[in-house]
Amino acid sequence: MSKTSRRYAMVMDTKKCVGCNACVLACKAENNVPEGFCRDWIVEEVRGTFPKLQAEIRSERCNHCGDPPCVDACPTGASHIAEGGVVLVTHDKCTGCKACIASCPYDARFVHPEGYVDKCTFCLHRVQKGQLPACVTVCPTRSLHFGDLNDPDSDVSRLLATRKWKVQHPEAGTDPHVFFLV
Amino acid sequence: MNPQLVEITHGRTNPGIDPVLHAWGWEVPVYLFLGGLVAGVMVLLAALELKRRAKATTPAGQAMPFVAIGLISLGMGALFLDLAHKVHVYRFYLSFEATSPMSWGAWILMIVYPVLLLQGLGGLSDGARGWLRAKVGGLGTLLDRVQAFADAKRRPILWTSMAVGAGLGVYTGLLLGTLSARLLWNSAVMGPLFLASGVSTGAALLLCVKLDHEAHHTLVRWDTLAIGVELALLAVLLLGLVTGGSAQQVAADTLLGGRYTPYFWSLVVVGGLAVPLVLNVVEMRRGLRPTLLTPALVLIGGFALRTLVVAAGQYTSFGLMP
Repeated sequence: MSKTSRRYAMVMDTKKCVGCNACVLACKAENNVPEGFCRDWIVEEVRGTFPKLQAEIRSERCNHCGDPPCVDACPTGASHIAEGGVVLVTHDKCTGCKACIASCPYDARFVHPEGYVDKCTFCLHRVQKGQLPACVTVCPTRSLHFGDLNDPDSDVSRLLATRKWKVQHPEAGTDPHVFFLV
Repeated sequence: MNPQLVEITHGRTNPGIDPVLHAWGWEVPVYLFLGGLVAGVMVLLAALELKRRAKATTPAGQAMPFVAIGLISLGMGALFLDLAHKVHVYRFYLSFEATSPMSWGAWILMIVYPVLLLQGLGGLSDGARGWLRAKVGGLGTLLDRVQAFADAKRRPILWTSMAVGAGLGVYTGLLLGTLSARLLWNSAVMGPLFLASGVSTGAALLLCVKLDHEAHHTLVRWDTLAIGVELALLAVLLLGLVTGGSAQQVAADTLLGGRYTPYFWSLVVVGGLAVPLVLNVVEMRRGLRPTLLTPALVLIGGFALRTLVVAAGQYTSFGLMP
């Protein structure tokens, strides 16, 4: 399969995640995320009517949307779709106008203390070397999976073909590429 | 029966994002207000001259295009202060991104300056031209050539000013309206609403300065019309939210019973629109002496509209949905 036809995605198994924050710390270490900020984070959600309550723990991040509103909103072309559909920000082009931040339904972006807008990159610098994103490699329960959706034999394709899944805010119409197994 | 429980514990605490998005502070409403104001001044001054086939007669009227240049510069200054990466401001002018209203706005602003300058120079009286000629020193020849061009192309310049002013006014609304992640902003009404508000605030500013009686009378009528259109567009916006899905309901709640309700209804709807509308009608019907109260209320209401829409829009995200 050619490089350009890849479509990277992440699959997060909510049945396995224990909310240990290893993914968050691995991301911070790998990407030098400044203190007080995070590119990925843990959400614990409890729903239901007592005593029938249901808990879900998720590791969330930028959804690397197929139709990313942040890219449309960016006035300088700093936000762009890179290899494998990964949404990136070119720091040298970013003015810090924050239009992309306001346009993101997932609030996945933030202003880096150096002025540019920052977010999850799916660790593309690692992926290009044949490695997995830092968060995926450290997950102790193997609840995070990463791969190429255009490869039917990839982990992510098989999981999505065999398990029930959901995406965040499908009503936003952004075609998110982080999937949550439920 | 026990109520449905929804408890979400969020591990993300990014500054400016959590717990409520605060990407844009006071700078953006200030810019949107001044941008709309200048848009209104451009449209109204051009329309007034085209209608009357006569240039502004008072010094204040002739100075307004130059005042507008100062105001839009102030607005751009506020926008500059909002940038987190200020040294990269030049990046706005190294590309044009067709899908980004902010990119459109950056380029529209570059057209606003020469158009306002030509509109202003062409509208000056002979006395004012002589004064300006004496002030520019060695640039006198250049000034003469620009002024000759501004005189020769007066009508096309006025029509261009109306079009660019309308574009500027609509863009200030579309800048928010195209950001669908913010539930309150996600409406096509934002563009025309901000244009109507820009025209009414522009008229209010013009009514604060000394104009001839006929110009004043015409502006009061146009101001009244713009306020009426703005009220109608606000009603359409609220109707769209109230009758929409759950996302629109979240947005509607902020203005109809939520945290921004008292400010919206008191400062924008009643104080900034309804009261000035009534005062304008009374002034026209009874031939009363104009006061600064009506323009002041319209200007306060216009600024409050931008401030509240920017704040409430950032508050209304998909995360608030049930």
